[in-house]
Amino acid sequence: MIDTNVNLFRWPFRRVVGDDPEGLVSRLEKRGVTQAWAGSFEGLLCRDVEGVNARLAVACREHGANFLIPFGCINPKLPDWEEDLRRCHENHHMVGIRLYPNYHGYGLADPAFARLLAMAASRKLIVQIALSMEDPRTQFPLMLVPPVDPTPLSDLIPHIQNLRLILLNAGYRGEDSTLGLREIDKADSVYFDIAMNEGVGGLARLIAETSPARVVFGSHYPFFYYESALLKVRSAGLPREQELAVFEGNARALLAK
Amino acid sequence: MKLDRRTVLKGLAAGFLAAGVQADAGNSVGASKSDSRFRIWDVHSHLESLPGDTPEARMEILVRHMDRLGIERLILSQGFGDYISHPTPDQVRQENDRVMRAVKHFPDRAYGAVFLSPDNIDSSLEELDRCIRDGPMVSIGEIETDVRCNSAALDPIVEWAVSMRVPILQHTWIKASGNEPGESTPFDLVELANRHPRAQFICGHTGGNWELGIRAIRGTNNVCAEIAGSDPVSGFVEMAVRELGAERVIYGSDVGGRSFASQVAKVIGAEITDSAKELILGGNLRRLLRPILEAKGLQS
Repeated sequence: MIDTNVNLFRWPFRRVVGDDPEGLVSRLEKRGVTQAWAGSFEGLLCRDVEGVNARLAVACREHGANFLIPFGCINPKLPDWEEDLRRCHENHHMVGIRLYPNYHGYGLADPAFARLLAMAASRKLIVQIALSMEDPRTQFPLMLVPPVDPTPLSDLIPHIQNLRLILLNAGYRGEDSTLGLREIDKADSVYFDIAMNEGVGGLARLIAETSPARVVFGSHYPFFYYESALLKVRSAGLPREQELAVFEGNARALLAK
Repeated sequence: MKLDRRTVLKGLAAGFLAAGVQADAGNSVGASKSDSRFRIWDVHSHLESLPGDTPEARMEILVRHMDRLGIERLILSQGFGDYISHPTPDQVRQENDRVMRAVKHFPDRAYGAVFLSPDNIDSSLEELDRCIRDGPMVSIGEIETDVRCNSAALDPIVEWAVSMRVPILQHTWIKASGNEPGESTPFDLVELANRHPRAQFICGHTGGNWELGIRAIRGTNNVCAEIAGSDPVSGFVEMAVRELGAERVIYGSDVGGRSFASQVAKVIGAEITDSAKELILGGNLRRLLRPILEAKGLQS
């Protein structure tokens, strides 16, 4: 099982079980996970991004070599972010990056984001965009962070070669009937995790609206109970091959692209 | 790391075992067996956001998904149509009639809970008589209208509930950007509960912001925390058990807007004892419903 959406270190507003790398790896292994793509909660608020990414890389290596796959954070609103991207790729040998546009104060129509997306694609890095991290209704009142509007992606995606994009935590994406969102759903380069997929039959609906080959397993652990994502797949009534594709095959195919 | 199919299946089996669900490798997923460790009763469900033009059709979908996770029974209430902030007596009756139709179609899988509007006390009391005293329903709520539940308008409803020994599920939220007009909070419910110490209340959503909601109800023993309808954020159930005791925590899902999976995972995934999980997943609800179920000769 490949979990494409786990987080290392501490959530800024709460301690959660598994927010230490050792405990996280132990709990994921116990649950049958064989590989976890890990971002760092530190990336939400810290501006020393290289420090964040270096700690992430070390923790993944020391506590979960070949198990934890680090996804570095890039904030394109910081000076010289291009160097952070270069280090993620060349120094830390990361296969992908994870972006938090709402925490970093930019929208997806921002030219800096378009440039980052193109540069990451040219380096053949997978790009994960966390559209939200928690329900806006339950956020700390002094720090309200609205979810990311993915709609501008529909204009960007067709122009970027070699793009491999995963939308994480896409539970709060607004009116999903808009033309722009439908175009994103149908784009071959865009994948979707299931951490915030909701509703009775929600996973089957997501697969129908996107593609059986572009829905990947992601738990948002340890912020969410891991079993949420697990049971969504398990109870979706999918054919066995489709279930295996979500649990692992689609993520593996994405890595190999 | 190279993984073959056998390794994948072995990994999946470990995950299902950790989640308390049987992995039936080799069989079709649709025929998966449900977990028999716990008797799961869900205190909070609706027929909203589901395909199907009739209550019976939507209930069939719910039952199909219940089977996949081993959920034995639902308490079903209003919500077939769009949310109505100030429902008329006719609209209230229509919602309750739809629930009774769905329950009648699956009497072994659901009990009904009556919907009321504190805007219309006389008609609400008539609905209580019609649906619970003289009908098949067994509890009250989810009460969710634009009247905050600390209002004196609810007092006759609660007095009726005490006389019939039925619990009340009250919607509550504490939204970071502010509640809707008239939307209740756990603080409002505590006011009501303190006026009626013999009544049994279930704090719907535990206010959503559960770290606040748990604290708000902590000192009011006739209020249970209900975990439905929020993201499956780690730590919710552990904190509730620590602060309230497992006897005051009740599982609910808030389907169809939510999934059974994300909500039952809050309990299955919590680092608490199996005996605590048994209470939360159904034991506590059956205890609260026992008087009315026994009075009606129904199963608990």
